[in-house]
Amino acid sequence: MSHDRTPTDWSSPVMRQRIARRYAAERRFRLMGLGAVTLSAGFLLFLLVTMLSGGLTGFLRTDIALPINFPASPVMLEPAMLKGPNAQQALANANLPAVTTAAARATYGDKGEELLSDSAWVAVRDALLKDPSLLERSAVIPVPAASDIDLAHKREGTAEAEATVARLTEKGALSSTFNLDFLTMSDGTDPTQVGIWGALKGSLLTMAVTLLLSFPIGVMTAIYLEEYAGRNRWTDLIEVSINNLAAVPSIIFGLLGLAVFLNAWMLPRSAAIVGGLTLALMTMPVIVIAGRNAVKAVPPSIRDAALGVGASPIQVVFHHVLPLAMPGILTGTIIGMARALGETAPLLMIGMRAFIATPPGGVTDPATVLPVQIFLWSDEVSRGFVEKTSAAIIVLLVFLLAMNGIAIYLRNKFETRW
Amino acid sequence: MNAASVWLLIIGLAAIAWLSARARATLLEKSAGRLATHSRAHYHGAYVALWTLLPAALFLIVWQNVSPALVTNAVLTAPEAASLPADAFSRSTVLSEARSIATGHAQSAFNPQSQALVAPYRSAITRYDIIGAVLTLILAFAGGAFAFTRVKADFKARTRVERLVMGGLLLASLIAIVTTIGIVASLLFESARFFSMINPLSFLFGTKWSPQSAALGYGAEHAFGAVPLFWGTIFIGAIIAMLVAIPLGLMCAIYLTQYARPAVRQWMKPILEILAGVPTVVYGYFAALTVAPLLRDFAVAVGISGASSESALAAGLVMGVMIIPFVSSMADDSINAVPQSMRDGSLAMGATKSETIKRVLIPAALPGVVGGVLLAVSRAIGETMIVVMAAGLAANLTANPFASVTTVTTQIVQLLTGDQEFDSPKTLAAFALGLVLFIVTLLLNIVALRVVKKYREAYE
Repeated sequence: MSHDRTPTDWSSPVMRQRIARRYAAERRFRLMGLGAVTLSAGFLLFLLVTMLSGGLTGFLRTDIALPINFPASPVMLEPAMLKGPNAQQALANANLPAVTTAAARATYGDKGEELLSDSAWVAVRDALLKDPSLLERSAVIPVPAASDIDLAHKREGTAEAEATVARLTEKGALSSTFNLDFLTMSDGTDPTQVGIWGALKGSLLTMAVTLLLSFPIGVMTAIYLEEYAGRNRWTDLIEVSINNLAAVPSIIFGLLGLAVFLNAWMLPRSAAIVGGLTLALMTMPVIVIAGRNAVKAVPPSIRDAALGVGASPIQVVFHHVLPLAMPGILTGTIIGMARALGETAPLLMIGMRAFIATPPGGVTDPATVLPVQIFLWSDEVSRGFVEKTSAAIIVLLVFLLAMNGIAIYLRNKFETRW
Repeated sequence: MNAASVWLLIIGLAAIAWLSARARATLLEKSAGRLATHSRAHYHGAYVALWTLLPAALFLIVWQNVSPALVTNAVLTAPEAASLPADAFSRSTVLSEARSIATGHAQSAFNPQSQALVAPYRSAITRYDIIGAVLTLILAFAGGAFAFTRVKADFKARTRVERLVMGGLLLASLIAIVTTIGIVASLLFESARFFSMINPLSFLFGTKWSPQSAALGYGAEHAFGAVPLFWGTIFIGAIIAMLVAIPLGLMCAIYLTQYARPAVRQWMKPILEILAGVPTVVYGYFAALTVAPLLRDFAVAVGISGASSESALAAGLVMGVMIIPFVSSMADDSINAVPQSMRDGSLAMGATKSETIKRVLIPAALPGVVGGVLLAVSRAIGETMIVVMAAGLAANLTANPFASVTTVTTQIVQLLTGDQEFDSPKTLAAFALGLVLFIVTLLLNIVALRVVKKYREAYE
């Protein structure tokens, strides 16, 4: 310094004010950060609460108490017919839909059957199967209500339906039960009779194909690249393609599946095997990248020790490195599978958006998967599907959370710090 | 004999080969002494089993692809085939119908000629199935016997087996290249067919997108202007979503790395990562059913014109939220990579924490953050379900965020999920859009990775 200057007077009002301003800026910045975190977490909470509040009622079913006087009704059944192997056949011949309609008209007036779901007679059939002695007396059987009654009972429906519900509630005819059908049935046109089992089974089949293909190929690629491949042009090419594949939008894999698996290889449309193949190509890079990191994390001393006692390079990897890297590989695989389970777009490309009312029997049968089922239901006009969509989302999220939970558990339990 | 039982049979044979060769090698080991044998007994077993299984399996796969043609040839030479129609199309219809009856896929014939061919078909299929099965079994036995004679004390079975395992590993790693080639080839091939019908320039620079009218037959040449789609994609994915994701993601990363207590950090990081794990179809449903109506009501209340129930803003906002953890973790990495000495230097000069972050850490970490943002953009423009469900189908060229716009991915889904013949420009346009999307995301990724890499090297 060539000239003198007076030392800063830190206690002067000007400096105090300046420091106060700087500290205020510090607090503001910190609050902004906290706000960003809170906002992001709050959004997640908002999403989950919306889905839960909209979807939990989807697991419930509104039942209407339907009194049926069996001896007086035109049912052509004897209790003896319901014992033994011919019970199903006898029930199928008994014209239960007509019996149910007649009972509904007798109790709830001229258009009484419109209060009931189209499948109400199934509840009557099941009740009879359970207790054939009902045929000798009159009984009150709870049967599922029609969609608009169901909606009006659970939340708000049309004014007309609300009035009917009020009337029925006064009589004590309405009750809510857990809707087991939602977990055991498949897609349908009546929202009170749809279920997710068909889509869930399709998802499980697709995931099985994906896992069987992508896990061995992914692990083998990871081992080759990390343990054996020399540094040359081919290895670079493999690495570049894997990194690119990991970043390619999922819909492009759908285009590949459409052009190659469906049009060139003539595989069946909307089948689980095509979906599984497409998702396997998408999941493989994820497994390769996780697998390479896991293999890389095994310390070289393990390899040196094994080589030192005379193991061959293949034995070193398969007897020592791979078992030690397995927890890391499995964690990566589960995360990749969770992503594949939630994937929708590539499966739309290969025709898995078809209306499938029966669960697929094998990997070549037409199938749909859970996320696509959610997409299809979200497009339905009927209002009853709204809560079913949210309920299906809850099931999907439960599966994903469970998978991620397992991955985190595996990581914490088996992760070795070398 | 059907294919599945032949497969089971050769797998069973391989298992027997494995057991017997291992037993023989164990005997050798006992008589010659452990150190006189080159390979352990189970390697001999694996060697013989592989010789039994692989040639037979390869032959069976080839046979299963060849035999349908052989069967058809045999049927055509049968006397019943003399009355077949001459033109190729109805001929193959009759043949395929007869085949599906013969294999039990269909019950009855629509065409009486097919019914006559069922019997020749059935006998030809049985004949070739038996030939195939016999040849496969001969190959399995021959392979197994050849390998079994080589089980000697000094035979290097382990080396042979390991060489095969190595080949398997190499083969598996080539699948990544094959997939990449498959993607590029199928996109290029279908796009080339599209561009042979539509001028590439009018596709890339045209401003009118109406494939529906093109399908009806008028004005195909000018119906595929993709500029509104590109604009919609950029508007939603690169502008609105990033306006949400960059500030929130960056501030989350800063707060969690610089300010939060370790316990808070340990809990908040996985919670934020859940945001990235929620399936996109769930976000799409949420955007379409909850966010979009809220925004439309807001727009109507404020008096903004052109408000639609499917808005760019709804899709962009929700997509931005989905991208937050992505931006946040990239920013986290780059901030952590800034050397501690720079931070210490700034703090020692009397700067507050926020001043250090704003004046030192962020500028130093900027290239990494920019790389992360580019990766986030590439993910956002390739995202499909949110925009399919919430952004709408109208190809508008508008900057009004409350209006409905459409994107490249939405149109791909839209073009390919109708009932369309595969040769029309409408269907092929989807592949051209896919090609553009692929190239753009690839370029973004290459640039981003290069930026990130260069930046990492600067501090190492």
